[in-house]
Amino acid sequence: MIARMLRLGLGNVRRDLRAGELTLIMVAILTAVAALSAVSLFVDRAERALHAQGNALLAADLAVESANAIPETLAEAARGLGLDTARTLSMRSVIQSGERLQLTELKAVDERYPLRGNVSIADAPFDAAREVREVPAPGTLWADARLLQALKIDLGQTVTVGAVALRVDRVLVLEPDRGGDFFSIAPRAIMNLADVAATQLVMPGSRVNHRLLVAGDQKAIAALRGQWAHLNDRSLKVLDVGDARPELRTALERADLFLGMAALTAVIVAGVAIALAARRYAERHLDTAAVMRCLGATQATITGMLLIEMLVLASIASIAGVALGYIAQHVLAGTLSGFVGGALPSPSLAAVAGAMLIGFLVLVGFALTPILSLKNVPPLRVLRRDLAPVPVRSAIVYAVALLALLAVAPWQARDVALTLYLLGGCLLAIAALAIAAWLSVQALGRLRRHVGVSWRYGLASVARRARTSSVQIVALGLGIMAMLLITLVHGDLIAGWQGKIPPGAPNQFVINIPPAEVGPLRDFLAGHRLKTGGVFPMVRGRLTAINEQPVQPSDYEDPRARRLVDREFNLSWAGRMQPDNVVTAGRWWPETAGAAPQFSMESGIAETLGIGLGDTLTYDIAGETIRAPVTSLRDVQWDSFNVNFFVIAAPGLLEQMPATYITSFHLPAQERTALNELVRLFPSVTVIDVAAVMDQVRLIMDRVNLAVRFVFLFTLAAGALVLVAALQATQDERARESALLRSLGAARAIVTRSLLAEFIVIGLVAGVLAASAAGLTAWLLAGHVFHVTYRINLWLWPIGTLAGVLGVGAFGLAGLRGALAEPPASVLRRIA
Amino acid sequence: MVEAIDKPIILADALGKTVRSPSGDLTILDDISFLIHPSEAVAVVGVSGSGKSTLLSLLAGLDTPTRGRVLLDGVDLNSLDEDGRAALRARRVGFVFQNFQLLHSMTARENVMLPLELAGRADAAVQAEAILARVGLEERTDHYPNQLSGGEQQRVAIARAFVTRPRILFADEPTGNLDATSGALIADLLFSLREEAGTTLVLVTHDMKLATRCERRITLTAGRMLTSP
Repeated sequence: MIARMLRLGLGNVRRDLRAGELTLIMVAILTAVAALSAVSLFVDRAERALHAQGNALLAADLAVESANAIPETLAEAARGLGLDTARTLSMRSVIQSGERLQLTELKAVDERYPLRGNVSIADAPFDAAREVREVPAPGTLWADARLLQALKIDLGQTVTVGAVALRVDRVLVLEPDRGGDFFSIAPRAIMNLADVAATQLVMPGSRVNHRLLVAGDQKAIAALRGQWAHLNDRSLKVLDVGDARPELRTALERADLFLGMAALTAVIVAGVAIALAARRYAERHLDTAAVMRCLGATQATITGMLLIEMLVLASIASIAGVALGYIAQHVLAGTLSGFVGGALPSPSLAAVAGAMLIGFLVLVGFALTPILSLKNVPPLRVLRRDLAPVPVRSAIVYAVALLALLAVAPWQARDVALTLYLLGGCLLAIAALAIAAWLSVQALGRLRRHVGVSWRYGLASVARRARTSSVQIVALGLGIMAMLLITLVHGDLIAGWQGKIPPGAPNQFVINIPPAEVGPLRDFLAGHRLKTGGVFPMVRGRLTAINEQPVQPSDYEDPRARRLVDREFNLSWAGRMQPDNVVTAGRWWPETAGAAPQFSMESGIAETLGIGLGDTLTYDIAGETIRAPVTSLRDVQWDSFNVNFFVIAAPGLLEQMPATYITSFHLPAQERTALNELVRLFPSVTVIDVAAVMDQVRLIMDRVNLAVRFVFLFTLAAGALVLVAALQATQDERARESALLRSLGAARAIVTRSLLAEFIVIGLVAGVLAASAAGLTAWLLAGHVFHVTYRINLWLWPIGTLAGVLGVGAFGLAGLRGALAEPPASVLRRIA
Repeated sequence: MVEAIDKPIILADALGKTVRSPSGDLTILDDISFLIHPSEAVAVVGVSGSGKSTLLSLLAGLDTPTRGRVLLDGVDLNSLDEDGRAALRARRVGFVFQNFQLLHSMTARENVMLPLELAGRADAAVQAEAILARVGLEERTDHYPNQLSGGEQQRVAIARAFVTRPRILFADEPTGNLDATSGALIADLLFSLREEAGTTLVLVTHDMKLATRCERRITLTAGRMLTSP
């Protein structure tokens, strides 16, 4: 029995493939699987790469941190598991050169540092950086440009660190575990751990941070993590890969969203194509099923045969789809290699298997119900062709398809909101398209009295086939909508995102500007045509109390909160709020009148420190106590790269305090020499160059844009498939009617014109409806998922309409060209 | 006329078929009773709309009667469900239709193999080749239906009908779609194959010349039997 079904099923696959009956379904499954697998394989790899990068940010896979020396037993335990270890020690210390003293973030490292990631150095300040696999030799120190600037020394000179003299050997650009705090005030330097003892800086009670870094085999790391979870010593803190650099993570999360949207749209649209193609397949196989029933095939035989056929079909299409997806993700991965550093991990087998499964789900969801209805064909159809199986209730077909989508969707788009918006959007779009299409078809029917013969027949055809025409308009509309979303809307959404870092965004920060130099510095920048984002006062103060309750770092569990309380805040004052800030609670003070003493706080830091609206903050600023309530909380768009402050005071509160100024400006790459001039003319200021970081963020945006465009090709393909499937659905009927008209004496030109009229009308309605649906979807996505501003693109309508009319006209006529050239009798015989 | 030892292969007992129509119930067949014996050739004749095809569909178990019953090779069709009737057809019945009913995606050989495959026969290809040679299409086995003339398509259909050596063959206007020459050739082929195999033939036609080649005729007028043997 099974062998017989297998033989019949396989024979059917072979014949249907040969006859081209399965091409559309197969290509549609292939497209859906390729899109989903490309994205899921890629995201899987990118995520693991990010994780690896997170490890680089720790300079290890796992680390343990303590204020005291870390027992060697811990290192021995790690090495016992076959893991690599390294030690570092960080502290804040004064480095001296002649008369000049500079408080520096100093890190001492051993020869094995870093276990993950690389140290970047340069041969001169502001020179191009290069990565090295070495650490400062004993007796030497690598200092960053700011330290060199502050101490007014060049490479090769000697500085004093505690009790030891070290030669400055290289310019330190970046070490992996530096952390994301690009605006920390102190310059940085690294030295060899072997020299630490000689500095005599580390004594009982001195504030140092010891770390033991560990890296190696993932299983051993997991085992060690397990051991360290039960460390009794409370002074030891285990550091795991926490969040990688936030600006990179945000960018990649957005990338994930865009890619998810692209893939999911491809699946939904391909699903519609599959459903249409499956319906046509079923219709064209009614006779086959009837003859087989007549020749004695039982329902079970037909079901088995069709199931085997679908199984084989899904396997072929899924394997091909995954193969295509694999190639595609390879290309995608190429775009990523620049910013995750090194090679991406290879795709995981689980992701491949998952993508395969999707092919089956999509086929089951969209095709199985209509195709399996073939088993219900009455055998009597061999004598009476009007007999067809009782159609499967549409509700069942939709429910099965929706279930399949729901099963696929979370797999792909991890973002629940995106999934729901896309699914909901598509369902709403389908419903709205259906209603609008039906109404349009009814209205168009009435127009036919006012037009010529070709148009009259065309409009009559649209109206007569009201149901089919509506289904066709919905499917075509969905296809065109997907294409519009890809070509226009996606560009707009990406532009909305990229707009957050405009091309002229500041890439240089100048801090420690004495009040007297503010004017000359402005003039200098204006003279070099360097646009600043404004000059802002900055006062340093320590938060001492919240609501009169003294604040200690130990009051907080969160290490970030501890650090914030431990350090001095950069406070500023302003009458007007910066344009990239948004008040989320309370109110910003009036700009004009002298406002009462009050603070505005960034909402993220307020949450970290547990500060709410109305809480009174007390700051110690150079020995003076300043006290005022928080009257507003702000969201700050940090990736704008403008100067921003966590805490801003209303005018009048801080003006008497010792302040320096800060500004930012955009320095075009070709004018980097201006930086050296600036440093020479304004020796007391410090320049922080964030161009490299910005370039990295911008690079991600560009790469993501490229990746998304690439994945959208699949969506575009799916859209085209829907167009073809929707037109094919009525192709036989149109060919038959055209042949009838011609056999009744209608000239071919008239028949062609009337067909064209029908296609134009359908394309027009579908195009207009699709443009409206695409605009609405984009607007919802922009506001609720991507959080970018989106202005409805008015080009959607002309382009959508044109795409509809041209696409449907061209595809439609091309599909019927053969039938129109064929003698009517032969068409009628073939399709009868 | 009926030999005692010869059990009828088809028995129609007070058969009737009524369908619902917009203008009320419509009786297509009423009170049809007859016997057909093994190896007999019986023509069902009548004008268009007299109920010939409906009778054929009831006899072959393609449709169910509203009244009465059919015994096919001793089995009451009313006692079987659709799948049961299909299984019975697979074992004992062959069909030839006016519009051939070949599957367009299958070659001539594959079309002929189909009933053998449905019956689970391993030698389907060999059998199909042999019978195609018998109907003179050995050169055409790999052709698709649209590459064959009407007469050739009907020969494939006849080969498909006989390849399982059915006990009963139902033919519905087998020459209706063919010109006179092809029609005559097809009729000759049909009758000679039937005789070789000793198959019972039920032939629906309005071609009296064809009907006279049968041993017996059942004439229908407006759903009722005019002559009953």
